[in-house]
Amino acid sequence: MVKKPETKDVENNEVGTTGHEWDGIQEYNNPMPAWWVWTFYATIIWGIAYMIAYPAWPLIKGATPGLLGWSTRGDVAAEIQKFTDMNADLEAELASADLTQLEIGSDLHNYAIQSGRATFATFCSQCHGSGAAGSTGYPNLLDDDWLWGGDIETIQETVTYGIRSPHDDTRLGDMPSWGDVLEDDELAQVIAYTMTLSDEPADATLVEAGALVFEDNCSGCHGETGAGDRDLGAPNLTDAIWLFGGDKAAITESIVMGRKGEMPNWNAKLTAAQIAAVTAYVHTRGGGE
Amino acid sequence: MSILDKHGVIERNATLLLVLSLAVVSIGGIVEIAPLFYLQNTIEDVEGMRPYTPLELTGRDIYIREGCYVCHSQMIRPMRDEVERYGPYSLAAESQYDHPFQWGSKRTGPDLARVGGRYSDEWHVDHLSDPQAVVPESIMPKYAFLSHRMIDGEYVQDSVATHAMVGVPYSEEMIANAQADFAAQADPDADTEGLQTRYGSEGGWGGNDVVVRNFDGQPGISEMDAMIAYLQMLGTLVDFSTFTPDASR
Repeated sequence: MVKKPETKDVENNEVGTTGHEWDGIQEYNNPMPAWWVWTFYATIIWGIAYMIAYPAWPLIKGATPGLLGWSTRGDVAAEIQKFTDMNADLEAELASADLTQLEIGSDLHNYAIQSGRATFATFCSQCHGSGAAGSTGYPNLLDDDWLWGGDIETIQETVTYGIRSPHDDTRLGDMPSWGDVLEDDELAQVIAYTMTLSDEPADATLVEAGALVFEDNCSGCHGETGAGDRDLGAPNLTDAIWLFGGDKAAITESIVMGRKGEMPNWNAKLTAAQIAAVTAYVHTRGGGE
Repeated sequence: MSILDKHGVIERNATLLLVLSLAVVSIGGIVEIAPLFYLQNTIEDVEGMRPYTPLELTGRDIYIREGCYVCHSQMIRPMRDEVERYGPYSLAAESQYDHPFQWGSKRTGPDLARVGGRYSDEWHVDHLSDPQAVVPESIMPKYAFLSHRMIDGEYVQDSVATHAMVGVPYSEEMIANAQADFAAQADPDADTEGLQTRYGSEGGWGGNDVVVRNFDGQPGISEMDAMIAYLQMLGTLVDFSTFTPDASR
């Protein structure tokens, strides 16, 4: 390939021709540049070396594994392991940490918040919103209104076992559908009364009777005053914060159909350290008690 | 004159050049593609993989009809960032009953290979009906109409039979009972013994029982039921707590 041309007129800088002629046009037989030729040879050698070092040729049962023993799966496992090892001390400490004693500003706390932020974005934001403000049917984690309690241990338990999740230790609150239990007029009365609890305008003629219906049927969970009960996950009805909406239509639907919001038991998908981290993160969002 | 000097013949005959070019290019193709059909390590046997139930298969048809694949892939690549976000990387065996497969790497929306069990059924209903109600920054279109389109599995038997024809191991019994199994999976009060014997833990697939629920919480079977049944089983068949990957892949 680096063959010298047969004739070469140095004086006129001519290198002879290839002997091909097309309609009187001839082609100089210039040699290819040496750097190009040697690069070409190098790629061939590289190709052969690559086939020996890495998985390459398909045989009868599998491909040749290559001398380096490289595999896609081994590669990703090694990379994950590298980061796991790097964080192992902090993760172990976090997994067994008493979160109430977590010192703000400590390395562990900083790690928990940063790692919790990532975990929240990946697993929690789809329901609770990327800013944790929730949406209709999915609780806002920024305010002081908690169904089950907003201290850090309670949050940790909620995240771990979920609400109405398949886990045996799940939190279970039951807002039944009252549509089949109460008469239509009783329903209208209790809906009106419920609206007045948060100072919403309602039909005054129904309110008084509604208070009696409430006392007989609802106060067991929501309390005499409608202030709720965190042990049962019964929401406070007097704070004008409504998980499923506070207009008449939404309150009617809540009472007639019942509500059964679900929170997964995250111990099925997350490690103890991840749960601790996301708990610490949520606790710092503004509503933490 | 060696044989290499005869290239002039090829250069002067366009048809011959075309035929021989095709032959040369085919060698590359054959070396890369053909081994995938016989090499045992291209698809590993994993416990728990079963064909889709008729309801899930219907949901999958709706998924394809609505073009969900245009934005959502179902292939978690073996890379740290993907594994940490979505879960264990996808195995070839997990899409072995997919016709057509849903692989891809362009993600306008998130990958859905392991979306099953990650959210509640209610979340899926809320999200499919109005994605922005739960994820304000989402650009996904609304699919509320799925709730209103009632289906009875009229063609599901044909669909199952067709999949059997292209190699999905549906038995005669599965084909014959397709429509009954379709209805049973969306009804928590139905007799699901047959469904579970065919697709569940007793079906010999090595996995768990089929999830039977009223997926959309509304009476009757709508396209929403089928869609959620499909989404909720995606990526849940293989138990990765007991699965040991073969490192040579």
